[in-house]
Amino acid sequence: MTKLHVSTTINGEPAEFLCEPGDTMLDALRGPLGLTGSKEGCASGDCGACSITLDDRLVCSCLMLAAEAEGCEIRTIEGMASGDRLHPLQQKFLEMAALQCGICTSGMLVASEALLQKNPRPSEEEVRFWLAGNLCRCTGYDKIVRAVLETAAEMREQGIRESWQ
Amino acid sequence: MTAIEETAEGGFRVGAAVPGAALAEHARFGKVWPGVLEAVNLIGSTQIQGRASAGGNLCNGSPAGDSVPAMIAAGAIVTVQGPNGRRQMPVEEVPAGPGRTSLKPGEILVSFALPPRPPGSGDAYLRMIPRTEMDIAVVGCGVSLTLKDGVCTAARVGLGAVAPTVLKVEAAAKALTGTRLEAAAIEAAADACRAACRPIDDKRGTIAYRTKIAGVLLKRTTAIAAQRAAGGN
Repeated sequence: MTKLHVSTTINGEPAEFLCEPGDTMLDALRGPLGLTGSKEGCASGDCGACSITLDDRLVCSCLMLAAEAEGCEIRTIEGMASGDRLHPLQQKFLEMAALQCGICTSGMLVASEALLQKNPRPSEEEVRFWLAGNLCRCTGYDKIVRAVLETAAEMREQGIRESWQ
Repeated sequence: MTAIEETAEGGFRVGAAVPGAALAEHARFGKVWPGVLEAVNLIGSTQIQGRASAGGNLCNGSPAGDSVPAMIAAGAIVTVQGPNGRRQMPVEEVPAGPGRTSLKPGEILVSFALPPRPPGSGDAYLRMIPRTEMDIAVVGCGVSLTLKDGVCTAARVGLGAVAPTVLKVEAAAKALTGTRLEAAAIEAAADACRAACRPIDDKRGTIAYRTKIAGVLLKRTTAIAAQRAAGGN
């Protein structure tokens, strides 16, 4: 089958790649684009390990066709830190040990960042509901939820706004 | 297929591939059809809402699909495109059995058309799940009502997860229409829902449980729809 040529923007940079019509965005990220931070846990939308944003909307990249990226703006975990400077969420996940094996972590971080952009003052319940689509088999979730709440509080204190980057 | 249009007559045309998150962000849709919106927004997690559509939910053919009873209650008409042209049918004619639809080979669902809403209308969707999130309905119930001077002038009821396909329960709608939604009328509608049930018996819900809950949900959903119809949202 003829490959499709896709022009898109990934983490603020123009990007082009070739894909099969049936390839998922996760296939394209981890394959031709070499961005392996997004993980494949289930490939059916259940686990959230492949979470990215598509035009600022949180999606499972395994549920998106790669060809749909044409003309869109994609953000992945690779775009979260600013050079050597970690995003406050990444820093807090490390400090508070909100990860163990790490497979769910990039999805957790991308989803949490999307939450804090939408809602800088989430309640614990809101964090838990928002992250219900991100499965973690190690932490029992409590450390993750606490890290997100703590980050939100610090970002509010420091006046770090949506335009953190 | 990804557009949400409000028609000149006040109806809505929702593309089959519109994600739940896009429907939630629409300025007007949730005000006119809060029950349809809450049903669509129950499908999966936040990141699934970024992708999941009412069209996919319908064509998945699950008897427990959350958006389907609400779409039936809304009186949605679907447009289907095939190799030999387009056709339209009421949404309840799409499911044909667990995992099966009445779409022919080569046909795809294009859009849902929701009718113009008379003043005094409201809809609602409730489902029973044993968890708080990310679960499959044990029973789902969609109700749409129009009230005029306290009298129910039109009603539609959709019931999910209690039969091989999602059901349109005409008898329940009939029991509500023409009444002031008194306790007796609502009990009669609940009876009609229980009578319509032909559920499976499994670890998620026994036949007796699903049948009983169908009546309970009819009452609760009708109460919310009636409150919205009366303008209480």
